Amino acid sequence: MSSLPSDLRYAKSHEWARKEEDGSVTVGISDHAQELLGDLVFVELPEVGDSLDAGAECAVVESVKAASDVYSPLSGEVLAVNGELADAPETINEDAFGNGWMFKLKPGNIGQLDDLMDADAYAESVESEGH
Amino acid sequence: MDNKTLLFDTHKAMGGRMVPFGGWSMPLHYGSQLEEHHHVRRDAGMFDVSHMTVVDITGERSREFLQHLLANDVARLKQSGRALYSCMLNEDGGVVDDLIVYFVADDWYRMVVNAGTTEKDLAWIGRFTADYGVVAKPRRDLAMIAVQGPNAREKTIPSLPEEVRQSAEALAPFNAARAADWFVARTGYTGEDGYEIMLPGDQSVAFWESLAASGVHPCGLGARDTLRLEAGMNLYGSDMDELVSPLESGLGWTVAWEPGDREFVGRGALEAQREDPARRRFVGLLLTGKGVLRDHLRVFSEGEPVGEITSGGFSPTLGRSIGLARVSPGVTGECTVEIRGKQVGARVVKAPFVRFGEARITL
Repeated sequence: MSSLPSDLRYAKSHEWARKEEDGSVTVGISDHAQELLGDLVFVELPEVGDSLDAGAECAVVESVKAASDVYSPLSGEVLAVNGELADAPETINEDAFGNGWMFKLKPGNIGQLDDLMDADAYAESVESEGH
Repeated sequence: MDNKTLLFDTHKAMGGRMVPFGGWSMPLHYGSQLEEHHHVRRDAGMFDVSHMTVVDITGERSREFLQHLLANDVARLKQSGRALYSCMLNEDGGVVDDLIVYFVADDWYRMVVNAGTTEKDLAWIGRFTADYGVVAKPRRDLAMIAVQGPNAREKTIPSLPEEVRQSAEALAPFNAARAADWFVARTGYTGEDGYEIMLPGDQSVAFWESLAASGVHPCGLGARDTLRLEAGMNLYGSDMDELVSPLESGLGWTVAWEPGDREFVGRGALEAQREDPARRRFVGLLLTGKGVLRDHLRVFSEGEPVGEITSGGFSPTLGRSIGLARVSPGVTGECTVEIRGKQVGARVVKAPFVRFGEARITL
């Protein structure tokens, strides 16, 4: 498995979350997820101001193959979305942990980050999925 | 356990992401389905289609047999090597399979049928062979490789055996050349020029590697599907099956009604349906709103459900989502498709969407 950023927290459903210095949380899908999906051709994002629940569907990524739901790893209010993805969904394929971020949240309960996995645990989870 | 073609290890070595398909383990892509798609539209790509089955029909009454078995008429094939696309129907006019049949000699025709339907097809064909004293023999000893794209023919020729090279080079579209167990047809499933090549299985790896060395890009089933969808070509099991007729699948043109006394299987059912005003139409759809059309999404016209998408996806050439749909008669122009509970705008268009690298519809 290629190196997973250690400053991120991961959900079993392949989203990542990063706590920013300003207290917000950035969310995207993992490199492993984009690899499973194949070339992405369409991304549907939540709207700024939407209130999301942890574990609830909040976005959709569509690849040449299929549509896949994205679940919010934390509860909170959407502060910003990555508008670049509308014209360039392939950014997620190219840089899932960086420029391919999907949205930023104002977390309702930052403690929910602790419910997510660290890089090692996520790597193990992905590994066991493959068997 | 899925079957493996003789190229299985080669696919793995070239980075093929193997997935189950029709009982076989086949490459979905070798890294990027989109890039593979563009290679075929712009240059040349190759597909391992050895999972499909070559069935040789031999016997003196082969023509008569096929005139009964198939909805298209093999009597149209006058010249050795000539190919014909046809449906094989059941008595209700449903499609048992779609296939290509080649005329080799008066006592020898060759059919190529789908992978997932092979056993069913052989059983169905077997119901009629004895009546005509013909033999239907699946040629599991042969591999099949499709090379497609504007530069496909030029890049393939040097890799062909000497004996078939010249005749392959001279082929007109929808014709095949043969030398021993090499059978080179100028046919395809992408909307581009190219060849579909049947060859002895034990030579398939060397041939594939030789094509790769000539700059032909390996392509997986994913690109094969987006290419055929852009070309407006039907996929068995998605666009038609045993429950729908060719007349409701955009394949009316493959039914040979004349001569009127040719009693092919399913003829009676098709004749009744031909005049039915409620007969559904098979149309192309362009998504004008946001999203991606997928199989089985429902189509609406003026708020009423009028049918469903049979094949949907993203068109890499057009950069838009397209689909094929079966809808009520009279549905034209603007309509909507229900995607995740929302009505999204779409437009009925005439397939093909893309041919020979060019858009054929207005976006």
